[in-house]
Amino acid sequence: MTATAPRGTGAASQGRGGGGPDTRRAAIAARTLRTDRWWVQPLVTVVVLVLFIAYSTFRAFQNAYYYASPYISPFYSPCITTRCEGDSFPEFFTGPAWISPAIYILVLPLGIRLTCYYYRKAYYRSFWLAPPACAVAEPHRRYTGETRFPLIGQNVHRYFLYAALLFNVILFYEAFRGFRDETGEWGHMGLGTVILLVNAVMLFLYSISCHSCRHIVGGRLNTFSKHPLQYKAWTAVSKLNARHMQYAWISLFTVAFADFYVFLLATGTISDLRFF
Amino acid sequence: MTEPGEPSIRAVDEGSGENRGGYDATFRVWRGDASGGELQTFTVPVNEGEVVLDVIHRLQATQAGDLAVRWNCKAGKCGSCSAEVNGRPRLMCLTRMNTFAEDETVTVTPLRTFPVIRDLVTDVSYNYEKAAQIPAFTPRPRDPDGNHRMQQVDVDRPQEFRKCIECWLCQDTCHVIRDHEENKAAFAGPRFLIRLAELDMHPLDVVDRRDAAQQEFGLGYCNITKCCSEVCPEGIHLTDNGIIPLKERVVDRRYDPLTWLGSKIRRRPRD
Repeated sequence: MTATAPRGTGAASQGRGGGGPDTRRAAIAARTLRTDRWWVQPLVTVVVLVLFIAYSTFRAFQNAYYYASPYISPFYSPCITTRCEGDSFPEFFTGPAWISPAIYILVLPLGIRLTCYYYRKAYYRSFWLAPPACAVAEPHRRYTGETRFPLIGQNVHRYFLYAALLFNVILFYEAFRGFRDETGEWGHMGLGTVILLVNAVMLFLYSISCHSCRHIVGGRLNTFSKHPLQYKAWTAVSKLNARHMQYAWISLFTVAFADFYVFLLATGTISDLRFF
Repeated sequence: MTEPGEPSIRAVDEGSGENRGGYDATFRVWRGDASGGELQTFTVPVNEGEVVLDVIHRLQATQAGDLAVRWNCKAGKCGSCSAEVNGRPRLMCLTRMNTFAEDETVTVTPLRTFPVIRDLVTDVSYNYEKAAQIPAFTPRPRDPDGNHRMQQVDVDRPQEFRKCIECWLCQDTCHVIRDHEENKAAFAGPRFLIRLAELDMHPLDVVDRRDAAQQEFGLGYCNITKCCSEVCPEGIHLTDNGIIPLKERVVDRRYDPLTWLGSKIRRRPRD
């Protein structure tokens, strides 16, 4: 087991600098000797994320077909300008007509995904190739990680979590408004209601399973025995946290699918399946 | 050394002399030292149920008597036989031969991140030097009856990290130092980040290591790509349970103005 000593400072052994390998290492020229298909996972991640980014960017700038009474696309929720279609949310201001209402709000859901501990792993590996896979050499000459600007900004993740939780409440609100019919009368339900509800639930699970949430609800404590409620909360979030990756991907699909469903309704391509 | 396909002694039961469903495996083993080396190919008998370390021992006993390999317990508990098998950091004693196809070439190389001494043996002293820099466990004063008291629920988290056998596979696979030798000066590696987390979470410890974690041990270099967790033979969740919680504690201290303000006006207990 590790021996410890009075606190010292600085490096134990100086690096050799220059980004080159230690010449005393075993001379193995191959970038990796892995024989499995290590490139499949980063490739799939790139393909899926690029498709999502392309679709969501197109829809966010489209500024149309995001409302089909009583449903509103999650990309446009909350819709906060007076130019919004429908009667979904308090309208705070009137923006220029050429700016899509989605542009004002998407920075927050984008921010939580961009700074999320799971997505960081995914895109550092698959887009930045740092590293592309375990024990596969990365192509960069220098590496400073999250020690300096801009990546030191990843530390604001918890603030995006707070914003995401607010959005979760709004998305549940919008989903419950789906228990109306096209004329606004309550007591009805359709397939769109189910889709918006499932999306709200998955996004909520993604938010509360986050590592920052796990820290905030109790992980920061050292003596759980003195804080039984926080310990219970931490235990519950820890169980969800083990599935954070799954919630990250599932919620990505559900939010895109919910938007696509509203798009199909709004363009008249399909009509909503009404249950009652 | 034999050429691929060259006949060799068949795998047999040493007691009865019967063949136990063995086969001849092709092994490529890195041989050399700091001045240079190469992958050499051997054909080695394999018996049912064996692990890579068994085959390396047979190779050493029958064909390469001067092959340098570090090993001890053969049970995945001492952390000595760390190497890279088909490019993946593994304990040779826990890598079963039946995970490879019989016609698959098995490549065994030393840990890439550390200076090689000879063949499969590397100089891992970097890790011990980093270990010596970690501020030691410093418990609060004893209770009036002379005892230290803590609840099991409070030490469950640190105890996960005590499972570490210091095989250095996490250090070896971490790209921060594997691909950038120059970062060894500023980065302690995942094993010692979880050591810092272990001490920081300990209910009896009173030393504050959060600033040191970021400034002296390079926590910010970690980009949480989780390779350390993937290779850990003890199944320790280094990233999710150690490094990320430590990052969040550092955020409390250095990057979150609300938490900082709360601690200053004493509305947010530290414990």
